[in-house]
Amino acid sequence: MSGEKIGWKDLEIGAVVTEPGSASVYKTGDWRSERPVRENERCIKCGICYIYCPEACIEEDEEGYFEANLYYCKGCGICAHECPRGVITMVEEVEE
Amino acid sequence: MEKEEELFVPRLVTTEEIFAPGHRACIGCGEALAVRHVCKALGKNVIIVTATGCIEIISSLLPQTSWQVPWIHTLFENSASVMSGIESAYKARVRKGKIPDKGVKFVGFAGDGGTSDIGIQALSGAMERAHDFLYVCYDNEAYMNTGIQRSSSTPYSAWTTTAPVGKKSIGQATWKKNMPEIAVAHRIPYVATACPSYPFDLMDKVKRGAEIEGPAYVHILSPCPTGWRYPPNLTIEIGRLAVETGVFPLYEVIDGEYRLSFDFPELKPVREYMKEQRRFRHLTEDIVEKIQARVEEEYLKLREKAGVK
Repeated sequence: MSGEKIGWKDLEIGAVVTEPGSASVYKTGDWRSERPVRENERCIKCGICYIYCPEACIEEDEEGYFEANLYYCKGCGICAHECPRGVITMVEEVEE
Repeated sequence: MEKEEELFVPRLVTTEEIFAPGHRACIGCGEALAVRHVCKALGKNVIIVTATGCIEIISSLLPQTSWQVPWIHTLFENSASVMSGIESAYKARVRKGKIPDKGVKFVGFAGDGGTSDIGIQALSGAMERAHDFLYVCYDNEAYMNTGIQRSSSTPYSAWTTTAPVGKKSIGQATWKKNMPEIAVAHRIPYVATACPSYPFDLMDKVKRGAEIEGPAYVHILSPCPTGWRYPPNLTIEIGRLAVETGVFPLYEVIDGEYRLSFDFPELKPVREYMKEQRRFRHLTEDIVEKIQARVEEEYLKLREKAGVK
């Protein structure tokens, strides 16, 4: 959990969550051990990686390429496996 | 953007994410992907009821939620009853003029355990009472969130923690319950099977099911890298192989009429579907042949029902 801890008194009655989509603050990118790297020259911008991403982390940029948001990317490698042109490779994360 | 790029189908799908990122699904989860596709197809004018299961625990870690639409979590057994109650209350309030009719859709989500084991009587009742709803079952073929226990949806001979493999056991000893056929037997207007490996087919089916008046049931096979024991990058591939080998054929039943979504004149051998999954790695050649025969028999029956020669 991100942020400070909250107690039961801070919860709404019935444990209702009032802010839709609030899980977006959580950084699932921390789980990643490999990151997807795209080669722009051969990419045909088909969007297959976008439609098959379980994290919904691949978004279109201004040039029409689909870029993974590394804040959420868990590094499953589905995009690299499914890319029809094979332009995505999974590169191991290294400690900074 | 060039003209021909606009023709790629994934570009035509809405970019709105109703199932927000930041959910805690396992790496490469086929179920999270299926939920994402279903939510894209449904849009925002829905009320979603979810039974206990993977979907609930990955999307709603208090005090956070991944849902951008009204969502309620219920118990394992009563997602269909809660959904019927919400639908009836909405109809009553509209009839009494207390709220305007905005055409809200009512959708129930549950896993295979919440559908074919624990929740089956509530679901059967809701179908029989002909409430106007869509019920989506995410079939990952075991109770994955509690630690891969067998369900009645687990396929024959698959390893699970409660159907272990040993000298006297080959894993799951019974065949998979055919839940879509049980739904068809209720004579509801719409039943379909889908798989996130075929996202556009899945979205079409969900849209059709939501639009049809009366109960609709969509059964989605969602590959699970954790429970099926395969590398997470193969999720889409495994789903595709399940369809291509005939293990999980995709079809729709509209008002009792069968229609195959994809028909393969020649099925791939089931061995290809099983070889990447470690839950099947103990299988000997004769068991694989037994499964192959059963799959072919069921597929032939299905083709007959669909009127395909």
